[in-house]
Amino acid sequence: MTSRSNGDPLVRLSGVNKWFGELHVLQDIDLSIDRGEVVVVIGPSGSGKSTLCRAINRLEAIEQGEITIDGQRLPEEGKELARLRSDVGMVFQSFNLFAHKTILENVTLGPIKVRRQSKADAEKRARELLERVGVAAQADKYPAQLSGGQQQRVAIARALAMDPKVMLFDEPTSALDPEMINEVLDVMTSLARDGMTMVVVTHEMGFARRAANRVVFMDGGRIVESADPETFFTTPQSARAKDFLSKILEH
Amino acid sequence: MQFYVDNFGLFRDAFLTTLSLSLLGGLLALVLGTLLAAFRVSPITPLRGLATFYVETFRNTPLTVVFFFIIFGLPQIDFVIGFFPGAVLAIGLYTAAFVCEAVRSGINAVASGQAEAARALGLTFGQSLREVVLPQAFRTVVPPLGNVLLAMVKNTSIAAGFAVSELSSLLPRLVNANAGELVLVLIGVVVGYMLITVPSAFALHRVERRVAILR
Repeated sequence: MTSRSNGDPLVRLSGVNKWFGELHVLQDIDLSIDRGEVVVVIGPSGSGKSTLCRAINRLEAIEQGEITIDGQRLPEEGKELARLRSDVGMVFQSFNLFAHKTILENVTLGPIKVRRQSKADAEKRARELLERVGVAAQADKYPAQLSGGQQQRVAIARALAMDPKVMLFDEPTSALDPEMINEVLDVMTSLARDGMTMVVVTHEMGFARRAANRVVFMDGGRIVESADPETFFTTPQSARAKDFLSKILEH
Repeated sequence: MQFYVDNFGLFRDAFLTTLSLSLLGGLLALVLGTLLAAFRVSPITPLRGLATFYVETFRNTPLTVVFFFIIFGLPQIDFVIGFFPGAVLAIGLYTAAFVCEAVRSGINAVASGQAEAARALGLTFGQSLREVVLPQAFRTVVPPLGNVLLAMVKNTSIAAGFAVSELSSLLPRLVNANAGELVLVLIGVVVGYMLITVPSAFALHRVERRVAILR
């Protein structure tokens, strides 16, 4: 375990349970994420890792248990929930950039509408962020005019524009062509280095080794194993994790 | 030609009445219909129920009955409304149900990830609807919305039966006075409607092309 903690964990899930109908997708999940910690969640498809990620900002409601962010319990609905979500950045597998808005407008929408920043301030910051993720030249284009890798980097800039306390990445490279994966992972790695608290659901084991403080392995809706990357990849404890790693690491 | 010259004032007034009914009724229908569509997708159950009840009531009632209810029914509960405002109200309330369904189909066509991304940024339900979902929904529903509005323009003819001197009301009136000019009267009335519908259809087509978005 890393000991970067300064006080309470930033994100805490305790006794979380969720069902999709009969399917028990999250089972007794306990997970604490410290400030500045990068947690990579891996596991086979259907293991509940995306649902876990989406539960943290309540895009998926949970049936049992408690989730707190920065000591505050996730509100049920309404303005309180919106306010809390504004502190939690989210990057989706399918980018989800606003199709009818330019790249710049995508990045300024949240700061203007939620943070009540002036248009000029929001645009200045947005251009800095677009510069940082390497797509400043595309600011006036529409999302469909960009490659997948560029769109995903814009999505990261859009999330960063809210100055989030924590960033959630839900399989951010799974919809990308192979040659575009690294440009996105590079941005994420630099974020991790800068001390951003991150929860990353991914199949990119190289990223997990390089950037994670902790790897959480899920299977069948449960957290089966949780360890630092070195320990997890070299000496996995559970049979399930050994089996999973043997399947993905042999090619 | 002399016939049209002699009756120009009548045609003009009737045309302007039909145009006013269409514009005011259309405005009411668009505003109310969009609001109803927002209600129908809202997380608040009573709002959803209310909007569904509204849509099913007005969509399944003949427009003539709606007119009758507003112009003769409402005075029974001491709400007296003039013929023209009553006609605007009837047309707007009735058409709003169809506008709602067209807009709702557009909302459903917007990828769910768009609303999720908006919510994840911290936008409230209303903000994400206004800023992200509805602007995209309207773009996809221009053609069906156009159908609804063109049908509404023609539906304004029902007002003829409720003492509003719009285009269709000229038919019995002018034919009675000029029995030999039936065809000219018909042509005049049809041209009056087409002066509204043809440019509208053309404008809608322009709008559709201009707001089309890349996906």
